[in-house]
Amino acid sequence: MKGDRKYIWMFLFPSAAFLTIFLYYPFFKSLYFSFYRTKGFFDKKFIGWDNYERLFSDKMLGQATLHTLEIMLYVIVFQVGIALVLAVMVDNITKLKGFFRSVFFFPVVISGTAISLLFVLFYNYNFGLLNNLLTSLGFEKVLWLSESNALKAIAVPTVWHYVGFYFVLFVTAMSKIPEDYYDAAKIEGITGFKKMVKLTIPLIMSDIKVVITLAITGTLKVFDFVWVISRAQNGTEVLGTYMYKKAMVDQNFGYGSTVAIYMVVLGVVIALLANRLLKSDEITY
Amino acid sequence: MQPAISNGQQIRYSKTKKRFSLGTAFMYIVLTAWSLTTIYPLFWIFNNSFKESRDVMNKSFSLAWDPVLTNYTTAFDRINIGKSYLNSIIMSGSTVIFVLLFGGLAAYVLSRFNFRGKRVIYSILYATLLVPAFATVVPVYELLIKTSLVNTYWGLILPQTAGNLTFAILVIAGYMSTIAKELEEAAFIDGCNRWQMFMKIFMPVSRPVFASVTIFVFLWSYNDLFSALIFVSKESVRPIVALLSEISSQYGTDFGLMATAVTLTVLPILLIYLFISKFIEQGLTEGAVKG
Repeated sequence: MKGDRKYIWMFLFPSAAFLTIFLYYPFFKSLYFSFYRTKGFFDKKFIGWDNYERLFSDKMLGQATLHTLEIMLYVIVFQVGIALVLAVMVDNITKLKGFFRSVFFFPVVISGTAISLLFVLFYNYNFGLLNNLLTSLGFEKVLWLSESNALKAIAVPTVWHYVGFYFVLFVTAMSKIPEDYYDAAKIEGITGFKKMVKLTIPLIMSDIKVVITLAITGTLKVFDFVWVISRAQNGTEVLGTYMYKKAMVDQNFGYGSTVAIYMVVLGVVIALLANRLLKSDEITY
Repeated sequence: MQPAISNGQQIRYSKTKKRFSLGTAFMYIVLTAWSLTTIYPLFWIFNNSFKESRDVMNKSFSLAWDPVLTNYTTAFDRINIGKSYLNSIIMSGSTVIFVLLFGGLAAYVLSRFNFRGKRVIYSILYATLLVPAFATVVPVYELLIKTSLVNTYWGLILPQTAGNLTFAILVIAGYMSTIAKELEEAAFIDGCNRWQMFMKIFMPVSRPVFASVTIFVFLWSYNDLFSALIFVSKESVRPIVALLSEISSQYGTDFGLMATAVTLTVLPILLIYLFISKFIEQGLTEGAVKG
């Protein structure tokens, strides 16, 4: 169409400007900061690869990475797993489908901060819901946020939060499978559990892959649960909180940026790895 | 169409016959159990928000038969939660408007025009999804300080608009590329220019995807604690999640107040969700899986 060039530029311009100013430029600036030793914004000194050397000898960072990976494992196994099981079940029932779909989504719309506060109240040693329950059943109280438990205790709301999101993605994917596949399976006598393993799951494999990738990148962003529930103490430091502490609390922008770059690289590597491991042929109906 | 419909009914009949099988009963039990984990905590917190703090501690399971409103009056008078509500709505609302307008325009170009470099733009956009807020926060913070935008509404609106644009563009473009070419041609013959075409044809036709993007962008910006803590931490502009985090560290022992603050944050979002859940699922169907 005549004059299209003008419109292409005009329509793309605002988004391009926003992304450049607030994403691309800052991203490269972070890369730049990672080669400096800084104290606030005004005092900075070029130090080459020093920050990266520090990165590899930083025990706290190593621990934060391990904690993040541990949560990632829980997320992939339980969050994606529970979502898949629930989706298969909802796909197989006839009544109340809509009800379950709405209700399972509840936690997704709630902020991580609010959910965290909810769990603060659950885990409280003296008065929390869980210990209330235990004592009323005649058991001893449990210190839920102890050094050995705290990370798992935080993983619970983290996992619970997004099950509904992946559940809806799976249900949607399943609803797109043509009915005749199931009819054929029925004639062959394939039903129940076998049908799920042999038919449903292979057919939605590409969606499972997308979900696992989303879960991995999502876990790297975990911040509010840890920050609100434990303030990242008691062996619950994760990469997000560690970066926040270095950059914002200590005002060490140089090293904070280095940690952030490390997080991006780690995320890309794990996502690529997961994609490679889950490689499967695209299925089109 | 007729045979197909009756066929579908037959299948349903055969399914209803098996309704009382053990497997189905088991599935309903599991599904109900999971729905209890999503409903009960919300009910628990809502119920406890109407109790005195010591009752939250000692009798957290009992129903609040004679509700006390002290927590609510404290929340509004002493902590000024109303102001935080307003801040949240202004900032998240503006973010949504910018994302829809700018993201919509970009999506329109990417889905309906052919030009060199389009594939490159798509690749860049997908790569952008991998950049977390952590990797941009320090320079953005510096930028906002230099332009005196930190601790103003713009201090959150601008970065969050940028942060949500990629998602919006990809999802909206996915939807717009399915719109029939004939519609566009007809509008062009009627004398629409590209701008009018966007406003009069593409915006209205893409209403479902715009609705779902609205919901998600609103949710994500309303719920984003990390950016709020850094860019708008001052009391006068602080959104509700930042206030919530503040309450937990300052009034951590006042359980009644905490329950109330959580209730007040969650309730409006949950109510809105109940009314528009249809759109959310529609939106997820249209875009998120492919995106």
